[in-house]
Amino acid sequence: MTWMRRNLFRTVGDSLLTIVFGALALYVLWGLAQFVFVTGRWEIIQVNLKILLVGRFPEELLWLVTGSVMALAFWIAAAATSSLTTKETRPSLGIRIWHAVQRFGLLAATGLLLIALAGDVASVIIGGLILTSIVMGQLVGLLRRKIAALRTISSWIWHLLLAAAPLAMISATLLQASVDLWEGFLINFYIAIISIVLSFPLGVLLALGRRSALPIVRLISTSYIELIRGAPLFVLLLLAGVALEFFVPSTLAPDKIFRAVTVFTLFTAAYIAEIVRGGLQSIPRGQTEAGKALGLSTTKITSLVTLPQALRNVIPAQIGQFISLFKDTTLAGVALNVLDLLNVGTAITKQEDYLGQGLIYEALAFVALLFWVGSYVMSRESQRIEKRLGVGQR
Amino acid sequence: MSSLPSAPPKPPLWRDTRVLRWAFQILVLAIVAGVIYWLYSNYQTNIAKSSIPTDLRFLDNPTSFTIPGNDLNQSQPVRDAFVQGFYNTLRVAIVGILLTTILGTLVGIARLSKNFMVRLVATSYVELIRNIPLLLLLTFMNLAVVLQTFPRIEDAWLPLDLFVVSNRGIAIPWFEGSGAILLAILATALVVTWLVVKIRGRVSDSTGKPARSLVWGGPTFIVLMIGGWVLLGYDWVLPFVDDRATSGGLRLDPSFFALLVTLVVYTSAHVAEIVRGSIQAVAKGQGEAADAIALSGGQKMRLVILPQAFRIAMPALGNQYLNLIKNSSLGATISYFELTQIAQITVGNGSPAVPAFTLTLLVYLMISLVTSVIVNIANRRLALVER
Repeated sequence: MTWMRRNLFRTVGDSLLTIVFGALALYVLWGLAQFVFVTGRWEIIQVNLKILLVGRFPEELLWLVTGSVMALAFWIAAAATSSLTTKETRPSLGIRIWHAVQRFGLLAATGLLLIALAGDVASVIIGGLILTSIVMGQLVGLLRRKIAALRTISSWIWHLLLAAAPLAMISATLLQASVDLWEGFLINFYIAIISIVLSFPLGVLLALGRRSALPIVRLISTSYIELIRGAPLFVLLLLAGVALEFFVPSTLAPDKIFRAVTVFTLFTAAYIAEIVRGGLQSIPRGQTEAGKALGLSTTKITSLVTLPQALRNVIPAQIGQFISLFKDTTLAGVALNVLDLLNVGTAITKQEDYLGQGLIYEALAFVALLFWVGSYVMSRESQRIEKRLGVGQR
Repeated sequence: MSSLPSAPPKPPLWRDTRVLRWAFQILVLAIVAGVIYWLYSNYQTNIAKSSIPTDLRFLDNPTSFTIPGNDLNQSQPVRDAFVQGFYNTLRVAIVGILLTTILGTLVGIARLSKNFMVRLVATSYVELIRNIPLLLLLTFMNLAVVLQTFPRIEDAWLPLDLFVVSNRGIAIPWFEGSGAILLAILATALVVTWLVVKIRGRVSDSTGKPARSLVWGGPTFIVLMIGGWVLLGYDWVLPFVDDRATSGGLRLDPSFFALLVTLVVYTSAHVAEIVRGSIQAVAKGQGEAADAIALSGGQKMRLVILPQAFRIAMPALGNQYLNLIKNSSLGATISYFELTQIAQITVGNGSPAVPAFTLTLLVYLMISLVTSVIVNIANRRLALVER
């Protein structure tokens, strides 16, 4: 009661606001519930679930995709649990479960929803496998924390070892299945991952270039960053769609995915450069000076002192950039005719069985759900990391 | 005579920092130049093979397409179409930036409201919109809302009898007469209002009475606007349905409407986060000081918190404005005839792709540069002068 009086009905105006906004919220919720449970015809999603997720990816190679997802899940789980730096006090089991639900409930619910939509045994098995690999990852991470011998392995090597599995699986998938067959949500996800991995080193180099004391290097980096940041991604994609073949030897005929990855990489690198530059600027001058006092060379000061700290501080911003790249992959769909999730989503409403029935709401709602869950979970995790790093609080 | 320390021996060439620095820069320059040259020579050979023109002469060819709602005819040069596209980009960008700033600020403030319900609605809005791709929102707005849910013109919705909503577009009440007169009256009203506010500021400075700029300036502006209108003998025009079309008022194309609404909704969610962050970044003592001199909640926000918050927010806000302008290129996906759409159509009609899209990119770059110059000026004027 006190809570309600304090937070909802403090004054007359406040009460009015509460009523208006409460009515609005109820109206939207009611409409949404109606749509989800009563009026929405979800058959179109059930029938087309596979096309939406992986497109026409060959059936016999699907285990590669499942394997990649498992390896990624394993890697993330292991990397998250094996960090040695955190020594948190362990809260009670109940609170821990509550935290886990808060963190992973949404993902789990989406997984369950997908299994329910698919409604076959295979999807249950896949779900079980992914769950198993997460648990395995956590166990491996735990082992590192508990066993002294494993703890002596340097972080670099440890993380490389862990990342080896997903990298191998993704490369295998790339080699085995021609990229033309990648469609649906798969293509959004992989374009985002490949582009972020490729653009990261380029972005770091550009950031260092922009901060460099060497005028020519600085000029080149700055003009590249500013040129790219002033251009709309969509136009760059269109340009790549019609013109990339002019800029490479004619023996290399670039396909759609190659074009998309090229543009996303070059584009994201400029933004990552700005993020990393922000991180570099946030490192106090004393760090560089201390490095100089120790007689380190400029290269060593950068690679051992300033850059590691800068990169650590900008992890949340990097995740933010990854989220926006993940969302922007939909642009490749329109600009380059890649059959990505959004394109498939609008295309299924034009199938013979569903044409002219006004199912665009259902299709787009499903597409939106997948993007929303992905982005939202990532942004929540980035907030968690931000809190743990204590950026801006030290 | 004590021996002076002699100059240290010159380091060998390969350890002399000055030499190394230049060598490194020349190396970088050579690599970059090499890459550019490689791309350029590929371009030259490939172009020569396909005999596609590389200059801007295509701008003089006839357009051979029409822009709906525009009297550009098909024999006019492509150049005119580009100019029209540029206007359309500016139109959606300027209106969009204005609306985004207002909506974003309101939502940003609502995110920090003491009222739980207001906070809940604002937070859900921001978290929902920010995590969905812009293109998805735009497709939804265009395919699902405008084209599917809006009624046909025969049974258009007429909310309050002021608007006409149909899948042919939205019509809103508008001023009669030409845009030039409207602009003239608006400019006069703005100048006079500005003067009145200035004078009130002087009075306040010399007498210590409250300035009450809003109480004085607001009515001045409204009276001048309406007065100017009435004096010149003009009137509002309400739109109405006139046999499968709307007459009167201002008609917004369905694609313009969809693009504008999407850009405003999407960008304002981002602006709201910036505004919220900036308000939180204003030193706490400022709000407490405002409480201590018994300012009301609204006054505290308007006079103390927001001016300082906007100073903090300005650079990030400028970035969002730039994003909005660049994102307006997505209008091409729903046939809004802005710059990108024009470029895409002319390329489809046989104009050379590389020059056409490069030109488009340059125009966007120019718009971006001008916008960032404006934002920088605003930023400098708002910035705290530290002594």
